[in-house]
Amino acid sequence: MLGKLSWAAIPLDQPIPLFTAALVGVVIVGVLAWVTLKGWLPYLWREWITSVDHKRIGIMYILLAMVMLLRGFADAIMMRSQQALAFRSEGYLPPEHYDQIFSAHGTLMIFFVAMPFVIGLMNFVMPLQLGVRDVAFPTLNSVSFWLTATGALLVNISLVVGEFARTGWLPYPPLSEIAYSPGVGVDYYLWSLQISGVGTLLTGVNFVTTVLKIRATGMTLMRMPMFCWTTLASNLLIVAAFPILTATLAMLLLDRYVGFHFFTNEAGGNVMMFMNLIWAWGHPEVYILILPAFGIFSEVISTFSRKPLFGYRSMVMATMAICVLSFTVWLHHFFTMGAGADVNAIFGIASMIIAVPTGVKVFNWLFTMYGGRVVYSQPILWSIAFMVTFVIGGMTGVLLAVPPVDFVLHNSLFLVAHFHNVIIGGVLFGAFAGYTYWFPKAFGFRLHEGLGKASFWCWIVGFYVAFMPLYVVGLMGMTRRMQHYDVPEWRPWLLIAAGGAAIILVGIILQIAQLAISIRRRKELRDETGDPWNGRSLEWATPSPPPAFNFAVLPNVEGDEAYWGMKQRARQQAMPGEEPPYADIEMPRNSPTGFICAFFATFMGFALIWHIWWIVVLAAVGAFATFVVFAWRDEVEYVIPADVVARIDRANRTARGETLALSGTAP
Amino acid sequence: MPARSDGLPDRELLLPGRRSTRARVAQCAVLLAPIVLTACQPAVLDPQGTVGIAEKTILIDSLAIMLAIVVPTIVATFIFAWWFRASNTRATYLPNWEYSGRIELIVWSIPLLVIMLLGGVAWVGSHELDPAKPLISNTPPLEVQVVALDWKWLFIYPGQRIASVNHLVVPAGTPIHFSLTSASVMNAFFVPRLGSMIYTMNGMTTQLNLRADAPGTFRGLSSHYSGDGFSDMHFEVQAVSAQRFAAWIDATRGMGPSLDAKSYAALARQSVITTPFTFREADPDLFQQIVTQQLPPGPGPQTGRPNPSVSPRTED
Repeated sequence: MLGKLSWAAIPLDQPIPLFTAALVGVVIVGVLAWVTLKGWLPYLWREWITSVDHKRIGIMYILLAMVMLLRGFADAIMMRSQQALAFRSEGYLPPEHYDQIFSAHGTLMIFFVAMPFVIGLMNFVMPLQLGVRDVAFPTLNSVSFWLTATGALLVNISLVVGEFARTGWLPYPPLSEIAYSPGVGVDYYLWSLQISGVGTLLTGVNFVTTVLKIRATGMTLMRMPMFCWTTLASNLLIVAAFPILTATLAMLLLDRYVGFHFFTNEAGGNVMMFMNLIWAWGHPEVYILILPAFGIFSEVISTFSRKPLFGYRSMVMATMAICVLSFTVWLHHFFTMGAGADVNAIFGIASMIIAVPTGVKVFNWLFTMYGGRVVYSQPILWSIAFMVTFVIGGMTGVLLAVPPVDFVLHNSLFLVAHFHNVIIGGVLFGAFAGYTYWFPKAFGFRLHEGLGKASFWCWIVGFYVAFMPLYVVGLMGMTRRMQHYDVPEWRPWLLIAAGGAAIILVGIILQIAQLAISIRRRKELRDETGDPWNGRSLEWATPSPPPAFNFAVLPNVEGDEAYWGMKQRARQQAMPGEEPPYADIEMPRNSPTGFICAFFATFMGFALIWHIWWIVVLAAVGAFATFVVFAWRDEVEYVIPADVVARIDRANRTARGETLALSGTAP
Repeated sequence: MPARSDGLPDRELLLPGRRSTRARVAQCAVLLAPIVLTACQPAVLDPQGTVGIAEKTILIDSLAIMLAIVVPTIVATFIFAWWFRASNTRATYLPNWEYSGRIELIVWSIPLLVIMLLGGVAWVGSHELDPAKPLISNTPPLEVQVVALDWKWLFIYPGQRIASVNHLVVPAGTPIHFSLTSASVMNAFFVPRLGSMIYTMNGMTTQLNLRADAPGTFRGLSSHYSGDGFSDMHFEVQAVSAQRFAAWIDATRGMGPSLDAKSYAALARQSVITTPFTFREADPDLFQQIVTQQLPPGPGPQTGRPNPSVSPRTED
């Protein structure tokens, strides 16, 4: 009746997951009770859960990313403390638990922190920057989000029901095959990623269509803000790369569930095929994450230097070059497989070539600051920290791209330090820059500056203290994923690294405090103008938070920096211009399709993991029925009357006119 | 289980690795070096073999080439960010400066030139240090066959018809040609002080050529995660003089069990071996039988909680 599932699947012998689960359970029940008692459930359902508004979906993505960051970081703290303790001893985490922790850490941080964070920011910002009302397929967008949330939920269920994968964040066969990992852990991994992967692919299709097909009048491709370009590049990569991931994981699923032999030891299976396929997705994935971050830095550095982005065309070229080149370098993840000198050398050089457009970007940001008036607010601090940190990470990356160097550093903690150097220093700092930069736009008030800066300093110091020692132990020959070790030279460095993780923990606590205190003091942090940073692109032309329809009248773009140009013209005329004729606006109706699909997908995924076939069938039918009902819907849109639009826009124009008059002399 | 190999001819070989590492730490403490790096040199930066030395040189050279551009970039970032701060009234403000063909040219050509240089290093290095490429030497290479098992290393000396587990003895100065495979899951064979690592995969053979230039004891390990017992999958490498190597071979031949299909099957089960041991006799065709899967791949976990299909556990 319940497949492999029984009470014995709950790890009663492991206090850590049980305690964590109890804590999380209490928090979830508490939040639900609070929301219910306050009578907010109908509001949440109407305005958020069923929302197809790109801004709301973006915010929910980022919320998901932040919650998962806490889980992923808890794993990180456990790993660092285990390695600090486990010198000539077993530490406090037995291998079967420790191995789950590093696998879950990587999986969560990439798929359920970095991905939702950048997709959330793209969701919120890109349509606003393009001067449009929403993405191309709003309901699909909601489906994408809820499927991602399903994946995250399944990974976290594995904490208490059964186990998670012990195969690393990429489950290399034959270890991940049924013979060597007969448990449910790998299945949790596979189904979580299959379900959320569908969501990500749909996002890619949606965003590519949006950028290519719906932009404001006059917003030619070469007038798009840099962030829109990087969004386009990143989503092109999603569309091209995610099907590879889905296909690869599907093959592994076929191996595990129905006895196929794609990657098994026996019957002609070939593990090398898995490694090639997974990295043919995996390397572009790195650029899926970093390109939007590059876009954020471009926006932030230009805005806070009070200057246009230096070398815009160069930046576009560099972005698209990275987009294409990222598909030509996957083999550098396994130089040590023995492919031969020519193959290794060609992929090594191809990997280095990516450093050229990336280097160009760094120089262009540098020259964007040159001749500027750099205002030190939180977003630019993250950006400058990024420039310094990322250059170091890039350098160690190119070092690892030299095959003979990789022969002695592959899989070592040097490699671990390198990719944390670029993912934390690049993607995460970018996400935080974007979060602090666009927060006032999303909620109408700024984040507390002092706490934000304190958190920034903890993060940057903590990062260096935690990861520079890992470069050193990597050079000492320490390999990754060790549950214990007996080399005394490694230990001091691992103790320092654990200290670094503790400093980052303080940074995270300060970030939570910053959010809480900013919400409490939202009145004094209020942004009335809609343009708190003196921005240059169209999102700053809307009120904060923007109305559902974004723009009362769709903007007409006449130059490179759309909103900067409008402000200049308004200043010259000393007024915001004629009031435009308002008209009714049709907006897509909210739809529970995404949530209901994900509801069924959760049950389907769980039932597939535990071999409860009747639930699989029921849930599949349910998900399909949801889709049919949605396809046959009658009312697609609702109308916002012209007078409501006019009222909202007039308030915005008044606030804006006052700001322009006040800051008339200080552009 | 087989007995520990006590047939080692002299004290140098009997010296446990742990004691020597402890001695090195003590040395460090006495020296009170301001930077630990200089006192206990990291293994990769203190190679003891031809291959490792060449790789270290490439590492240092590549790093130097890149630092020449990375350090000025970082310094410029700080200088620009500081000098052009909004409160600095002496800094020029160029609110519309967004393009300079000359700078663009420089900005594209600097990384391009660096990468051309490094690309050359990578090309030559990949060919010179290809793991499969035999080392140039007057001495013929010693053949060693390596099998990665769950979770220990089996070293077969086909020419000498002996084998050892988690203990690799090689003659210093003689090139070693390794043929490597895995009995079950992927692993990677790595001796940081000697140089290149290489994957071991079931049903396949990889090649690796290394040489220890002088006698010494080095630590080897698996550098590719392979399951619950992975952390214990390290081994000791002893490079000894030719005479001592011959003596070790003779001593080994005189003791321990023999390695055949049956004892191999017992060895292939998941377990951690903390005390290395040797086989007095090894079937020289065994390696080929493992690679061609005439001997089946090692079994995975057989027990679990509540059963292996939910959460496998390894019983020792």
